[in-house]
Amino acid sequence: MSRLRIREAVDRLVAGLVVLALMLAATPVLILLLFVVIKGLPGMLAPGFFTDLPHPQGVPGGGVFNAILGTLIIIGFASLAAVPVGVLIGVFLSEYGHNRLGDTVRFVSDVLTGMPSIAFGIFAYTVLVATHVVGFSAIAGSAALAVLMLPVVLRSTETALLLVPNTFREAGLALGAPQWRVTLQIVVPAALGGIVTGALLSMARAVGETAPLLFTAFGNEFLQLNPFRPMGALSLTVFKNALVPYANLQDQAWAAALLLVLLVSITNILARFYVRRIQR
Amino acid sequence: MSQATAEPRVRPPLVTTGRQRRWLHGDQLFRGLAVASGVLLLLVSAIFLLALFIPALPSITRFGLPFLWGRDWDAVHLRFGALPFIYGTVVTSAIGMLIAFPVGLGAALFLAEESRLNWIRAPLSFAVELLAGIPSVVIGLWALFILTPIMRDDVEPFLNHLFGFLPFFQPPFSGTSFLTAGIVLAIMVLPILIALSRDVIRAVPRSLQEASLALGATRAETTWSVVLPYARVGITGAVLLALGRALGETIAVTMVIGNTPQITSRLFAQGYTLASVIANEFTEAVGPILQGVLFEIGLVLVLITIVVNVIARLMVWQFTKPEGR
Amino acid sequence: MLDRPVSTDEEAVPAPEPAPAAGFGAAGPEWDNEPMAQAQAAEQPGPVEGASAAAQHPPKLQARHVNFFYGDFQALHDVSLDVRANQITALIGPSGCGKTTFLRIFNRMHDLVPDARVTGEVLFDGQDILASNADVIQLRRRVGMLFQRPNPFPKSIYENVAYGPRMLGWSRSRVDQVVEQSLKDTGLWDEVHNRLRRSALNLSGGQQQRLCLARALAVDPEVLLMDEPCAALDPIATLKIEDLMQQLKHRYTMVIVTHNMQQAARVSDFTAFMLMNQQRAGELIEFDSTDNIFNRPKDSRTEDYITGRFG
Repeated sequence: MSRLRIREAVDRLVAGLVVLALMLAATPVLILLLFVVIKGLPGMLAPGFFTDLPHPQGVPGGGVFNAILGTLIIIGFASLAAVPVGVLIGVFLSEYGHNRLGDTVRFVSDVLTGMPSIAFGIFAYTVLVATHVVGFSAIAGSAALAVLMLPVVLRSTETALLLVPNTFREAGLALGAPQWRVTLQIVVPAALGGIVTGALLSMARAVGETAPLLFTAFGNEFLQLNPFRPMGALSLTVFKNALVPYANLQDQAWAAALLLVLLVSITNILARFYVRRIQR
Repeated sequence: MSQATAEPRVRPPLVTTGRQRRWLHGDQLFRGLAVASGVLLLLVSAIFLLALFIPALPSITRFGLPFLWGRDWDAVHLRFGALPFIYGTVVTSAIGMLIAFPVGLGAALFLAEESRLNWIRAPLSFAVELLAGIPSVVIGLWALFILTPIMRDDVEPFLNHLFGFLPFFQPPFSGTSFLTAGIVLAIMVLPILIALSRDVIRAVPRSLQEASLALGATRAETTWSVVLPYARVGITGAVLLALGRALGETIAVTMVIGNTPQITSRLFAQGYTLASVIANEFTEAVGPILQGVLFEIGLVLVLITIVVNVIARLMVWQFTKPEGR
Repeated sequence: MLDRPVSTDEEAVPAPEPAPAAGFGAAGPEWDNEPMAQAQAAEQPGPVEGASAAAQHPPKLQARHVNFFYGDFQALHDVSLDVRANQITALIGPSGCGKTTFLRIFNRMHDLVPDARVTGEVLFDGQDILASNADVIQLRRRVGMLFQRPNPFPKSIYENVAYGPRMLGWSRSRVDQVVEQSLKDTGLWDEVHNRLRRSALNLSGGQQQRLCLARALAVDPEVLLMDEPCAALDPIATLKIEDLMQQLKHRYTMVIVTHNMQQAARVSDFTAFMLMNQQRAGELIEFDSTDNIFNRPKDSRTEDYITGRFG
């Protein structure tokens, strides 16, 4: 074979390999979703799944009502802390952060993004649980998640604000508006789409987290609305039920996993949808 | 008024000290608040590290540096070493990266460049992004119930059949193993690896590629000789970031690693990682030593992750902000 | 002509006392509440010529030996000129000669650039606005600006014009009045009055620029700085802006930077010609009535530029 032929063959081979790689990359998610739906749907459609509390091991039936509430409460508190603070830090970085302090904050935020999720649980444990400030509680879990969410909100806010054309700032200042008004009344509203998206994405991430909750919220089989007490969460339910040898609980794990995936996906879709709506 | 141009408005002077204070306060207050929030982040991060370090002190002072290569795990005689966990973390992450790298790079190459199969790009990107959003516990659940039986009954025997002469693929076969955990990690880091690599490859100037093609090189040759060398630093950064993610992955790995601290070359054996031992033992650990040990393990994990992340950020950052070449 | 509501409603009227401390506190939240009775009298345009014009139109803004630096680089060298009240002054010259840099000194927008530095004096009604204790916020209110590309806020038409008045704390009814009046003053009212709540970004380029003008007028400035306001507009929109300028000059002093010599000749009463010198700093070459500049230029460089030999 001529050299050219060989090279062409190699080219086609490589192209084929690349496509194969792509297929391989796309398959896991399809298989995953397939199984989660197949194994989780029966459990999710079973009566009482959403409204009942978990049954003891071996007793069929039961639900994840406490876990659903727990997830909502924990994420709710975490967002309450992480979103405003994250947006404020994002404002700092974009409007006042073109200096060494800003660079340091950006750097630390990036490093924080890569931390093992269990480390956030350890952090909240040391500061809030071991010191008996709140003990095992939803609040401790929220604290762990809030720190985890912070870098996501902060970065997306900064990006959204930087995308606002400078000419809006100039126009506002030229009207005699002080800097803080320009930032709050002109720049931030203009960036709102990106900011909300970032907040929603951070919440989607937090919903799925398990490790930070292991020794903070700790989990709770019973209905608990007091945030200063241990509380269950969907992710914890999946984790714990997966590891026990009881079929009814394992089925619940699949159903809870499906619910979790649905929650995360809906939040993600909401986030992208919101962006498009804002860019009317 | 005949003088149409006379000053109709009377206004106080512009040069003053009194009025300036007022708006200056508003600006200074807001700016102060913003800066304070930035400092708050730094403060929280410092506490983050301290929250690991201080409780780890009892263990650090007791065991010192040899902790890192100790292999004991004896709660009765209080002899502990982190080596099996470090080993487990490293091996599973290495397996994960070895699998994810070619697949991820190939996918990124496809997604970054023009192709006749353009219509595939959107749904496939979407699929990869979807994967990124799936909670780790769900992946762990699937891996535990679906993947481990397949590994034990089909994949491992098959690998043993082909490569059984290697120490890595010796029996006995176990569903929960280093290998299974490695595969799970590969699935989990794939999205971030693809996303970052794609951005890096996109940043390679088209003019270079076009010059190569114009000289008669094939697509494959251009990619190999021009694109990849140029993107080498950025891709390394992407790989390191993915590695950082793999090192810290807790839940999915815990569910399929087998939770047995041991050091062995057999990939079908069960193992333990730094993150997993913390997840499993933390709530049962009693006393400052035992707890301190787990905290120290956490500290080791976090420090390794920080180092990998910092190096990675420096590389990716350096690459996506190209100075003129 | 242009009506303007007389703002003698609820607010107090302070004594016109120019002394710094006095009268301030008594004036209420904003000091703009005094009557604008004389406004109705603004009627005689009249041709402007040489010395009699100077007498009729005292200097509103005065630059004295202004030098401007970006770090070590000098962008303006020793520029001095007077901007006369209720006249349109044009700054012309080739690209890079510092026209825009000079313009932006008048409302201290150069403060936004970190290593910008100005020496010399710039007087507004006799007060040096470059002083470190000058009230920049007030200055920017009294000296409005139109930018090269129309930049309405991504808000509704109403909210764009109402932004300034609301910030000043004016009552809802007064804000409504001012919005309507400003839109009428810029000829937009008929076109947009039934869609005030729609986004400003849906307007055409020319309409957007007129909206920006209305927005600037809403805070009742005295001076309007215009940085090539028609550069991004088509000829018809440009003509509309130029007509507006002629109508508005009886109430406002205007300074316009323009690349378009014909526009300067059409629209302005005074013209300043600037050039970059050997050290790449901008200098004022000639400043005179527009008539003189274009028909009897004194400097040969001016003549060369006017006749198109370069630039």
